[in-house]
Amino acid sequence: MSNWLNILLYAQIALSVICLYRVIIGPTIPDRMVGVDIFGILVVGVCAIISIQTERSFILDIGIAWIILSFIGTLTLAKYLTGKKLNE
Amino acid sequence: MICLIFITIGILFNLLGCIGIVRLPDTYNRLQAATKAVTLGCCSILVGVMFHFGLSDAGTKALIAIPILFFGSTVAAHALIRGTYHFGVKLGDKSVKDDYKDAVK
Repeated sequence: MSNWLNILLYAQIALSVICLYRVIIGPTIPDRMVGVDIFGILVVGVCAIISIQTERSFILDIGIAWIILSFIGTLTLAKYLTGKKLNE
Repeated sequence: MICLIFITIGILFNLLGCIGIVRLPDTYNRLQAATKAVTLGCCSILVGVMFHFGLSDAGTKALIAIPILFFGSTVAAHALIRGTYHFGVKLGDKSVKDDYKDAVK
């Protein structure tokens, strides 16, 4: 069981790195933002698998905090893309 | 054992989403493919974590993380795609219909 879980953990980390490929080569600014948004979701899966492997529960707290911060950051960048100021 | 099945299904969905974010030709196509597939995959991984821990503290945290992930990522994707349209990114060459152009004006 532990062996297969290791393979799954490395697969999830590799998928996160593949997602950063779009951040590097994206032709426009919104492409890079899409890459960062999807990367924030994939990291939650990495945190969940690590919490099974180490049998500790505080790593899931890191995952929940990461979801909320990624949500707020994406909303802020989307507001910046529409051309308005942040207080309107 | 059942947790490994759920996590494997989730990683297969994540793989489909990452293929979409690398291969698709347009910003809108990339965002809609990646958001749906990756959200479903990570929710499946969290369901696997919940089955592994049972109803202890860690299982409850995984159960709480599922609705936060589901609603947060979909709302963020909607706001991001709206901002992308207002920023002026053109649709791809093979796109045939643009209904939002009439709604903006």
